[in-house]
Amino acid sequence: MNKTVSDLTIIKNTRLNHDNYLLELQSYIKLEGIIPGQFVNILVSDSQATFLRRPFSIFEVNYHQNSISVLVKVVGPGTEKLSSLKPSDTLNVIFPLGNGFSMPMAKEKILLVGGGVGIAPMMQMAKDSRELGAEVHILLGARTKMDHILIEEFSRFGTVYLTSDDGSVGVKGFVTNHPVLLQNNGFNQIYCCGPEPMMKAVAKKAKELNVRCEVSLENAMACGFGVCLCCVTKTTGGNKCVCTDGPVFNINDLSWPI
Amino acid sequence: MANLSINIHKLELKNPVMTASGTFGNGTEFDDFFDVSQLGAILLKGTTLHNREGNEYPRMAETPSGMLNAVGLQNKGIDYFIRHIYPKVSEYKTNVIINVNGSTVEEYIELTEKVNQLDKIPAIELNISCPNVKEGGMAFGTNVKMAEKVTREVRKVYEKTLVVKLSPNVTDIAEIARAVEAQGADSVSLVNTFLGMAIDANTMKPVLSTITGGLSGPAIKPIALRMVWQVARAVKVPVIGIGGIMNATDAIEFILAGASAVQIGTANFINPNISVDIINGINDYMEKHKLKSINDLIGGLQM
Repeated sequence: MNKTVSDLTIIKNTRLNHDNYLLELQSYIKLEGIIPGQFVNILVSDSQATFLRRPFSIFEVNYHQNSISVLVKVVGPGTEKLSSLKPSDTLNVIFPLGNGFSMPMAKEKILLVGGGVGIAPMMQMAKDSRELGAEVHILLGARTKMDHILIEEFSRFGTVYLTSDDGSVGVKGFVTNHPVLLQNNGFNQIYCCGPEPMMKAVAKKAKELNVRCEVSLENAMACGFGVCLCCVTKTTGGNKCVCTDGPVFNINDLSWPI
Repeated sequence: MANLSINIHKLELKNPVMTASGTFGNGTEFDDFFDVSQLGAILLKGTTLHNREGNEYPRMAETPSGMLNAVGLQNKGIDYFIRHIYPKVSEYKTNVIINVNGSTVEEYIELTEKVNQLDKIPAIELNISCPNVKEGGMAFGTNVKMAEKVTREVRKVYEKTLVVKLSPNVTDIAEIARAVEAQGADSVSLVNTFLGMAIDANTMKPVLSTITGGLSGPAIKPIALRMVWQVARAVKVPVIGIGGIMNATDAIEFILAGASAVQIGTANFINPNISVDIINGINDYMEKHKLKSINDLIGGLQM
């Protein structure tokens, strides 16, 4: 669908744990063909502290309800405000933005890796990949057991593996310490979203294993549709906008020293 | 509908609303949102003679009621523009203006000569006020002698409408405006961004890779408005007002201060439809105040 600016109505705000919320937003414009990995840019309010919009990965699309959900982790005044919203409140949103992941083919074995709030684009990705007939494996990393959310929901679409920094759940350490990533498990593709050091470590691993890998970047941006040129990342083809050329990039196109 | 049309030298605008360079891409990025031909003019992303990669990331910091940018004129150069972008933007039924940049006077001249060949580009905006490049840019706009020189030399090779975009990072902006007017500028646009800085207290580091950057948004509006008022009283050529315009009321304030037209910048990032909303808002205001022509509003400040 074309990019659009529209007021969406909150139909549900679910508190997932101490700092994560799932906001479900209903559109009156018909949603169609949204690709996992695309994002929305939300106007929080016109307060001086939240002057620019806040970008969020599309967590899930519900075509039946014509709604989009986004995962909000409270990190500052913008996300704080969003977490406090109630059903029937509205938000002005630009959507859908950016390019999504390259979808797997049937019978392909894929690994989705999400770290922290980077799990956000992986729910729709898991769901759609499963529908396409791919064999989905999902590796989720967080600091502690308390920080892990939505594990049950993810397990509806694939096999879930966990790591935690303190070992309180799953394998102790980073996602790259998990055995599922340590040896070649016959994955055809790896898709990753999370903190940049994590994505670089996963990209390095994918390269060693010779597995195709895409990452979803989250650079600071002012517009979200390719005109401010603030969110650039270095690629083999020069500086590219994360918002319009990404946010999903094949690791071979990035100038990462891996 | 009130008559919103206005001329800036030979440039005929259907309304006084333009989009500021560097906030509107090549216009095509807005095609999904609205028909950009409704605008008075569009100012394309700052263009240079050769490809520029711009500055390192991070290039942006959100600040109270505004933002800092340090893009550094990232663009693919004029030859790429002529081959790939010009054919598309020529289709627009509005004035398409190129924002011209150089690090030397010779570069400004060479670039202007190339732009002069383009039939569908009726004007240039000579950017002597970019704060984010190491060479040239703001250095030309903050020194009377250099501003005079680059305007004079570009004037020699360019017959169409020449707008000079001024830097606010000077003691007396009216002095610079008078200087470029005397050297043949047909109009002045102001202001470009204010040099600013952001520090992350947690990391104890600057937020921008370039340490300093250009401040824009409503945070600068009162200063920009004051500068437009001062310049409009100092020169005879039409003034184009820029600086933190977020809505029709802001735009009207600039016109009352003496601007013949306005440019919408940072507001495009937040609401891509804002420039059309502003055109409609100006029309509503004029109808409400029973003003027939935008000329009745320009410099209409009552004291």
